Amino acid sequence: MKNLAFRLLFVLLVIQTCAFSQSKGMVYIEGSRYIPLYGRDSTVVEVKDFEIDVYPVTNGEYEKFVLEHPKWQKSKILKLFSDKSYLANWKSDIELKDSENPNSPVTYISWYAAKAYCECQDKRLPTIDEWEYVAMADETTKDARVKPEFNKQILSWYEAPHSNENTIGLHPKNVWGVYDLHGLVWEWTLDFNSVLITGESRKDVDKDSNLFCGSAALNATDLMNYAAFMRYAIRGSLKAKYSMKNLGFRCVKPIKK
Amino acid sequence: MKQSHLLFGFTLLSGLLLNSCFDSKEKEYQSTADIPVSREMIAELTSPPHVPTPVGRRKAKKLIVEMEILEKEGEMTDGVKYMYWTFGGTVPGSFIRTRVGDEVEFHLQNHPDNKLPHNIDMHAVTGPGGGAESSFVAPGHEKTFSFKTLNPGLFVYHCATAPVGMHIANGMYGLILVEPEGGLPPVDKEYYIMQGDFYTKGANGERGLQPFDMQKAVDENADYVVFNGKVGALTGDNALTAKVGETIRLFVGNGGPGLVSSFHVIGEIFDKVHVEGGDLINENVQTTLIPAGGAAMMEFKVDVSGTFILVDHSIFRAFNKGALGMLKVEGEENKTLYSGEIRDDIYLPEGPGIQNMPTTDEIVASEIPAKSFEEQMEFGKQTYMQTCFACHQAEGQGIPNAFPPLAKSDYLNADVDRAIGIVLHGKTGEITVNGNKYNSVMTRQMLSPDEIANVLTYVYNSWGNSKKVVTKTMVEKVKNSK
Repeated sequence: MKNLAFRLLFVLLVIQTCAFSQSKGMVYIEGSRYIPLYGRDSTVVEVKDFEIDVYPVTNGEYEKFVLEHPKWQKSKILKLFSDKSYLANWKSDIELKDSENPNSPVTYISWYAAKAYCECQDKRLPTIDEWEYVAMADETTKDARVKPEFNKQILSWYEAPHSNENTIGLHPKNVWGVYDLHGLVWEWTLDFNSVLITGESRKDVDKDSNLFCGSAALNATDLMNYAAFMRYAIRGSLKAKYSMKNLGFRCVKPIKK
Repeated sequence: MKQSHLLFGFTLLSGLLLNSCFDSKEKEYQSTADIPVSREMIAELTSPPHVPTPVGRRKAKKLIVEMEILEKEGEMTDGVKYMYWTFGGTVPGSFIRTRVGDEVEFHLQNHPDNKLPHNIDMHAVTGPGGGAESSFVAPGHEKTFSFKTLNPGLFVYHCATAPVGMHIANGMYGLILVEPEGGLPPVDKEYYIMQGDFYTKGANGERGLQPFDMQKAVDENADYVVFNGKVGALTGDNALTAKVGETIRLFVGNGGPGLVSSFHVIGEIFDKVHVEGGDLINENVQTTLIPAGGAAMMEFKVDVSGTFILVDHSIFRAFNKGALGMLKVEGEENKTLYSGEIRDDIYLPEGPGIQNMPTTDEIVASEIPAKSFEEQMEFGKQTYMQTCFACHQAEGQGIPNAFPPLAKSDYLNADVDRAIGIVLHGKTGEITVNGNKYNSVMTRQMLSPDEIANVLTYVYNSWGNSKKVVTKTMVEKVKNSK
C-alpha cells in the first residue's frame, strides 16, 4: 500500500516536471500528417511536434526587444531589412505612439525583424505548414475546416476593418490553447514566399491543376479554401522587407528529442 | 530657264514641307500600335455617374493613371451596411477615359489600412492577365505598369486576386473607355452606370452590417442587384438629369460577378447602341444585353419630359432587389409625342376582389425588434422608404388622382385599426381622402407585425398626423380578428 502511494507520488512528480518543462507563454503542439490547401510537393505534409506562442508578439514585447537590440530600432535598421513603413506607428526608436496599445499585436514589422526577434529568444518563425496546422483548429476540434461556421467566421474577419488595433486574447482560444490565429492580424511565416502565387489567381489555379482536377472550378464544398486562399494571396503579395499595418507574427520552438 | 527651275524647286520643297506638316496630323497608321505619343498627362478620373471630359481631337499621350484601392464600409440600402472593396472609393470604380494609341502608365495603390492584396485586370489591355500579374500589390504598397491602348471601345476592369469572385462581388470593378481617333461624336450629356450583384448573409433588407455570403454567390442567388453599388444610387435626389431635346450617352457596364443584365430604359428607345461596347452599332433598340464583365454604350435623344426608369428588365431584380435608376427630363410636355393620361377607369376582369401578391404566407419576423419609440421611428422610416415611398412619396404627399396622401390625412387619422387592416390586407375601391376621391389598388404588404407597427408609428408621427403609437399587439389584434 505504501509502495503504491509512493509510486503514485513518483508519477505525479514526473508529470509535474514534464508540465514545467513547457516554455513560458507557449503551448505544446503534437505533430501529425494533414493535407493543406497548397501542398508544396505532394498533398500530405507532416508536421513534427513543436511549441507555439499562445499570443502574437505584442507592441510591448517588441519595445523590450528593440531596447536590448538597438540595431532593430526604426532609425538603425538596415534598409535591406525593412521598408519605409517599418514601425510606422512608433513615435521614436523606442516608444510607441500614444494612440497605440502595448497589448495590441506588433505590426509594421518586416520578415527579417520578425525572424530576428524569434531567434533572439531561441525560437524561430513557424513554417506555413506548422501555422496552418495549428490554425485549422477551432475551440473544440483539431481540424475544424469542414465546419461551415468556422470558415464563415474567418472570412468575416477578413472583411472587418482595423482589427489590428484590438488587443490580444479577445477571441476564445482554440483546442490547442492558442489565441488569435484568426481575427486579429495576418502573421509572418518562415517560408511565406515558397508558395508561388503570381497575383493572377486564375493562372495560379492552372499551375496547381493537379490539385483542382485540372480545371479552375472550385466546388461549393470548398468554402474553407476561400479563407485559406486569401491567406496564401496575402503571403504571395509580400516581400521579406515589407511591413504592413495588418501583419504581425508569433514564434515557435521545435521540440528537441 | 534657270530661274524657273529654281522656282520649281522651291515650290516642290515647300510643297513637301507643307505636305509633311499635313502628314503628321492626319496620317493613318497601319496599326494602332504605331501611333506615337507626345507629352505626359495626368488622367482625369471621375466617380460614377460622372465621366471625364471627352478626348476630342487630342493626340495620343502618355497618360498617368493613379488609382487607390480602399476597403470601406458603405450603405447598401437604408439600414443595411456592407464592407465594400473599391477602386477609388466608389462602386463602380473611377471612370478612366483614354484614346486609341495612348500609353497608359498605371499606378495601383493599395491603402495601408486595407486587409488584402489586390490587383487589376483591365479588359482594354493586350497582355497577360490584362495587367493582373504586374499589378499584384500588398496593402501599403504601390505597383506601376504600363500598356498601350490598341483597340477602341468600352471595357470593364476588375480585381483578379484569389478568390476572384469575392473581390468582384465586393465591388471591385469599373469601366475604362478607349475613344477612337478624333473621339466619339459629341452629345449633350454623358453618364456612367454599372450593374452589380451582391450576396449578403442576411436576406434583402435585413438590418446591420451584412457580411458577404460565399455560398449564395456560388449559387448565384443574389440578395441585391443594383446600379452603382447600392439601392437608390440613381433615384430621388441622385437621379440622372437632362433637358428635353438633349442627346444622352450612357456608358453602362456590368461587373457581375454572376448575373447578366437586360438593360432597359422604361419609356425610351435607344437610337444607337454600341453592342457590347465595340464598333458594331445597332439602331432603335429597346433592351440591350450586357454580359457580366462586359459593357455597352447607348445614345438617345430625350423628346418628352418626365421621369424615365432605368431597369434590368429581369424585372424582379428591378423592383425587389434594387436594379432601378431614374432619368429626370425637364422641359415642355409634348402632347403629340405622348398624350399623358386621358382617362382612368377601373378594370377588374376577375371581379372586385382584393388583389394579392403571390405569397407563401410566411413572413419572417424582423430579427431585431424596436426597443424604443426612437427606434420604432428609425426602423419605420426604413420600411417606409423600402415599401411605401414609391406610391405615397417621400413626404407622404401621395400623387394627385393616383395615390392618396398620408400627410395630414383625415382618412388615416380617423381609424387606426382600419389603417392597420389596409397594410395587412390591401385595399381596392373608391375612398375619399381630404376631400379628393381615389379609386385604385393597394396590394397587401409583405411585412411582419413588428414592421407594420413601426411603419405606421412612423407615418402617424410624421407630416402633421395624429401622433399615435402603433404596437405589435395592436397589429396582431387586427390580424387575428379577420
